[in-house]
Amino acid sequence: MKSEQRKRTLTWVANIGMAIVCLIALFPVIMLLISSLRPSSELMRTGISLAFDWSILNVDNYNYIFTQAGSYWTWYTNSLIISAVTIVLSLFFSSMVGYALAVYDFKGKNLFFTFVVFILMVPFEILMLPLFQMMIKVQLVDSYLGVILPMVVAPIAVFFFRQYALGLPVQLMDAARIDGATEYGIFFKIMLPLMGPSLGAMAILQGLGSWNNFLWPLIVLRSNDMFTLPIGLATLLTPYGNNYDVLIAGSVMTIVPIIILFIFFQRYFVAGLTTGGVKG
Amino acid sequence: MATNQTVDTNKGPSPFMKFLNSKKVVPYVFVSPFILSFLILTVYPAIRGIIMSFQSVLPGQVEFIGLQNYERVFNPTFYKALSNTTIYVVLTVILLTILPIIFAVILDSKLVKLKTLFRASLFMPTLASTIVAGMIFRLMFGETDTAAANQLLNWLGMEAVDWRFHAWSGMFLMVMLCVWRWLGVNILYFLAALQNVPDELYEAADIDGASIFQKFWYVTLPFLKPVTIFVVTISIINGFRMFEESFVFWEAGSPGNIGLTVVGYIYQQGIQQNDMGFGAAIGVILMLIIFVISFIQLILTGAFKRGDE
Repeated sequence: MKSEQRKRTLTWVANIGMAIVCLIALFPVIMLLISSLRPSSELMRTGISLAFDWSILNVDNYNYIFTQAGSYWTWYTNSLIISAVTIVLSLFFSSMVGYALAVYDFKGKNLFFTFVVFILMVPFEILMLPLFQMMIKVQLVDSYLGVILPMVVAPIAVFFFRQYALGLPVQLMDAARIDGATEYGIFFKIMLPLMGPSLGAMAILQGLGSWNNFLWPLIVLRSNDMFTLPIGLATLLTPYGNNYDVLIAGSVMTIVPIIILFIFFQRYFVAGLTTGGVKG
Repeated sequence: MATNQTVDTNKGPSPFMKFLNSKKVVPYVFVSPFILSFLILTVYPAIRGIIMSFQSVLPGQVEFIGLQNYERVFNPTFYKALSNTTIYVVLTVILLTILPIIFAVILDSKLVKLKTLFRASLFMPTLASTIVAGMIFRLMFGETDTAAANQLLNWLGMEAVDWRFHAWSGMFLMVMLCVWRWLGVNILYFLAALQNVPDELYEAADIDGASIFQKFWYVTLPFLKPVTIFVVTISIINGFRMFEESFVFWEAGSPGNIGLTVVGYIYQQGIQQNDMGFGAAIGVILMLIIFVISFIQLILTGAFKRGDE
C-alpha cells in the first residue's frame, strides 16, 4: 500500500519536473516568436521582456522583411545555395569512400582508415589560417566555392556510411555481377538507394552544419551580398539596434524551416546529430 | 535489377573499361575524390599551419623566425584566453554530463508519459544556430530592468545585473547558451545507451531489495560508462574550440577580455591583426591540447587493444 503511494508521488514529481524542464528549454524560442511580433523600437528599448502589451503585437516586422529588406533575402539565398551544394558534394564523396571501405578489400585500406581517424582529431581552427591563405591565392575569397570547399571533406560522414554499408546485403552484389553489372552500376543503382536512411541522416548533419556555420564564412566572406544568414544577422547585432525588425523576424525565419523539417524527418535528425556515437 | 548493364558486357567492353572495373581498381576509384580533396583541403593546410607557426608571415615577405611566435604566445592575454576556455570547458562538461544522465534516466523510466514530446522539446534548441540562440539570450539578459532575466531578479527582490559586463555573469551567459543548445543531443546519447541495460538486472536488484538510488548507482551507471567517456571527450574538444558563444555576446572584443577564448585569440591575431604566424602558433597549441584529450579517450575506451579489423 505504502509503496504504491510512493510510486504515485514519484510519478507526479517526475512528470511535472520534466514538463518544467521542457518549458525552460522551449522558453527562449517562445520568447523569440512573441518578440518578433513586437514593434522593433519597443524591443530595442526593453529587450526581450516577460511583461508586454498583447494589444500591440503585430506582423509589421514580417511585412517589412518581405517587402523591403532586400539584403536579408540575398543572405537567405546564399545560405540555401551553400548548404545545398555542401550536402551534395560531401555526401557524394564520403558515401563512396564509406561504401568502398565496407564492401571491398584493398591494399592500404587499414592504413587509410587509421589516417581518417587521425584527421578527425585535427581541429578546423588550425587549418583555417592556411586555408584562408590558399583561398586568397586561388582567388576564392568572397565566393560560394570558398565557403563550400573546406566543408566537403567530412570524415565523420565517412565513418557513418562505412558503418551503415557494413550491413548491406553483399549477396546482391554477386547476383548483379552475374547479371553483368559493373561495380559502379552496382553502387549507384543498387547499393546507394539501399543506403537511403544513412544519406538522409548525413544530409541533415551536413545541411544543418552548413546552415549554421559561422567561423569560416566569417573569415572568407567579405561583402554584404555574399554573406550567409548567420554572418548577416550577426552584423545586425549592434548596440544601436536600428535593425531589430530584420534581426528578430529574420531569426525566426531561419529556424522555422528547420523546425518543420525536424517534425517531418525526426528520425534522420536524431541519427544525424548524434553521429559521433557510431564511431568504430 | 540492373539487367540493362548486360548489354554493355555483351558488346565486349574495352580493355580500359575492364581494367577500371576490376575489383583491384574499383575501390581506389571510389576513394580517390575524397583522398584528393582531403590532401588539398586538410593535410596540406595542416602541414602549412605547423610550418607557418615558425614563420613571420607578412604580405610578400615570409621568413623563418624559429620559436619566436611560441615565445610570444605565452603572454597574459593568452593565459586569460586559456583560463577562460578552461573554466568554460569544466563547467560545460559537468553540466552537459550530469544533467543529461538524470533526464535520460527519468525519460527512460516507466514513470514518465509523453516521452516523445519531452524528448522533442529538449532537442528543439539544437536546431537554432548559435547566433540566433545567442541573440535571444543577449536580449533576455539585457542590461535594462525590463529584460526578462533582470525582471525575474527584481521579482525575487534582487538587484539587476549588467550581464555582459562582469566576468562571472559573462561566463554564465556563455555556459548557459552552450548547455541550452546541447542538452537535448546529449540526452539522446544516454537514452541510446540505456537501451543496453538488460531488464533482468533491475529485476534481480528488486528481488535483492535495492532502492531506486542503489539501482541507479550499481546497475545503470556502469552501463553508461562508455557513452559517458564519449560525451565528456566531445564536450571537452568542442569546449576548447569554442568561438561563437563568445562572439555573439561581444563581437570582436569583450571588456577586460572576459569573453576571450583560445579560438577567439587565433581569430583576433591571425585574421584581424593579420599576424598569421602568431595565430598559427596558437592553433598548434590548441591542436596539441585536443590530441592529448583524444588519445586519453582512445586509451580509456580501449581502442588500441582492438587492433586491426
